[in-house]
Amino acid sequence: MALWKHEKKTSENSGHRGEIFSLVGPLFLWMLLFLALPLVYVIIISFLEKGVYGGVQMIFTLENYTALWNPTYGKVIWRSIVLAFWTSLICLFVSYPFAFILSRFSKKYQGFCVLLIMLPFWINQLIRLNGWSNILRDSGTINTILLKLGIISEPITMMYTDGATLFGMVYALLPFMVLPLNNSISKLDYSLIEAAHDLGASRLSTFFRVILPLTLPGIFAGTIQVFIPSLDAFYIADVMGGGNSTLLGNLIKDQFMAARNWPSGAAFSVILILFTLIVLKLYTKVGNLEDLA
Amino acid sequence: MKRKEKKQLGALSYLYAGLVYLFLYLPIFMVVGYSFNTNDNNLVFKGFTLRWYSSMFSNRSLMSSLVLTLELALVSTAISVVLGTLAAIGMHRYDFKLKKTLDNMLYVPIVIPELVIGIASLATFTMLNITLSFWTLVIAHVTFCVPFVIITLRARIAGFDKSIEEAAMDLGANQFRTLRRVTIPMLMPGIISGALLSITLSLDDVIISYFVTGAGDTTLPIKVYGMARGKISTEVYALFTLIILVTILLYLLFMGIKAASAKRQK
Repeated sequence: MALWKHEKKTSENSGHRGEIFSLVGPLFLWMLLFLALPLVYVIIISFLEKGVYGGVQMIFTLENYTALWNPTYGKVIWRSIVLAFWTSLICLFVSYPFAFILSRFSKKYQGFCVLLIMLPFWINQLIRLNGWSNILRDSGTINTILLKLGIISEPITMMYTDGATLFGMVYALLPFMVLPLNNSISKLDYSLIEAAHDLGASRLSTFFRVILPLTLPGIFAGTIQVFIPSLDAFYIADVMGGGNSTLLGNLIKDQFMAARNWPSGAAFSVILILFTLIVLKLYTKVGNLEDLA
Repeated sequence: MKRKEKKQLGALSYLYAGLVYLFLYLPIFMVVGYSFNTNDNNLVFKGFTLRWYSSMFSNRSLMSSLVLTLELALVSTAISVVLGTLAAIGMHRYDFKLKKTLDNMLYVPIVIPELVIGIASLATFTMLNITLSFWTLVIAHVTFCVPFVIITLRARIAGFDKSIEEAAMDLGANQFRTLRRVTIPMLMPGIISGALLSITLSLDDVIISYFVTGAGDTTLPIKVYGMARGKISTEVYALFTLIILVTILLYLLFMGIKAASAKRQK
């Protein structure tokens, strides 16, 4: 009986072909067929002409990409990026002090407090967003209370605006920022902070020169995990922004489902993929991909 | 600088943490509150009723969505766990030519926007003339759940004592028997957490399901998405309140079992 331990490092395990294939083969074929092939197909579609009744025609064209220079589309892409940027920034500023406070809770409650961050994941996002919409809309809880108290005479419009979309994004994605930050911050070695104090560093410079650099991995991992989903979460823009905020995600969805212009939708998707890859490439310069899972 | 302030948290800190939790939980409280409301317009709380909890069960389309969502989560998790466990073991034991390729493919669903996977699956199913149905949903869900199962398992496998497997084989157990009696039981905690993660992801998925769902097969999140722009029926609030309750009970049960088995091991 061969012991695989000794053979692990020889790259060609010729005696184990069958075994490797039966263990890894099914998943490999699955990912090839249902992930790699579809992604390649989308890239191909983006260079084809659209069919008369939806679908595609096998004619090569660059039109789907040149159409991207259309200012209407450019505006949507720019808005999505700006919104994703603000979502990440707000999540970061809200989460950082929060994660810091969490890390200082006594060990007994810390696990429970982290669990409380994850628990909402088990309840459908759309239902939770709808809960906010009931609170924020013109006839919602906040406006009703303010009207009854006589503080305002007209309801304040909060829902179905770009601000509401941003609010919904921050709400839905905040835990993705808190968790990696909390991971990073709870690993902080307090003796380093004390050393900085002893050496006469002010609180501010201790923060910027010791604490911040040490928690950067959490900041990067959290930012990526908020930034990328906020580019494609079309349902948040739909539910919170009404029809008023069209983002890249909504555009792709509409090209596929409503306009039935698949090649154009595919071209936008390729842009989205490229954009994601650029962001990830930048990230690998400063962080580890494994921290993202 | 005062040294002792290290562990002290001021009232302001507690207030801040409380506000963040309130931000996370306020809409959930709203949903629970409305589910007991006699008034069906979700606006003013008129009085307490359990009416929606009984009428919800006779809402056939809501119930069939619930059943479909659960079936989908269980079937795709079962497939993900089998594929993922075998592959994680294989990838741990052997080096092979395409290992890096597989590794990279597994990262794609984690990092790429879900929307892209949704439309890519839709386009491919259409190209292959596959009618959208329950099974296209299963395929898409497995594709994005499997990487999370594997990553959870890997953490477990990394701290694995290989000598136990070797001992089993030295004592005459064949590969399959070793896998079934030694390797898989040792991986069990990782398999369970991977499965839980996969169920969670599948139950809550909106984006990918939206593209590959068949005409008659509406999952609960898709149904809610359809309603969310207008008015959500109070029965849906009642259903989700029940789901919240069941989730908490399951969690307590899970913790109870964990505590009990920890005690037994002592």
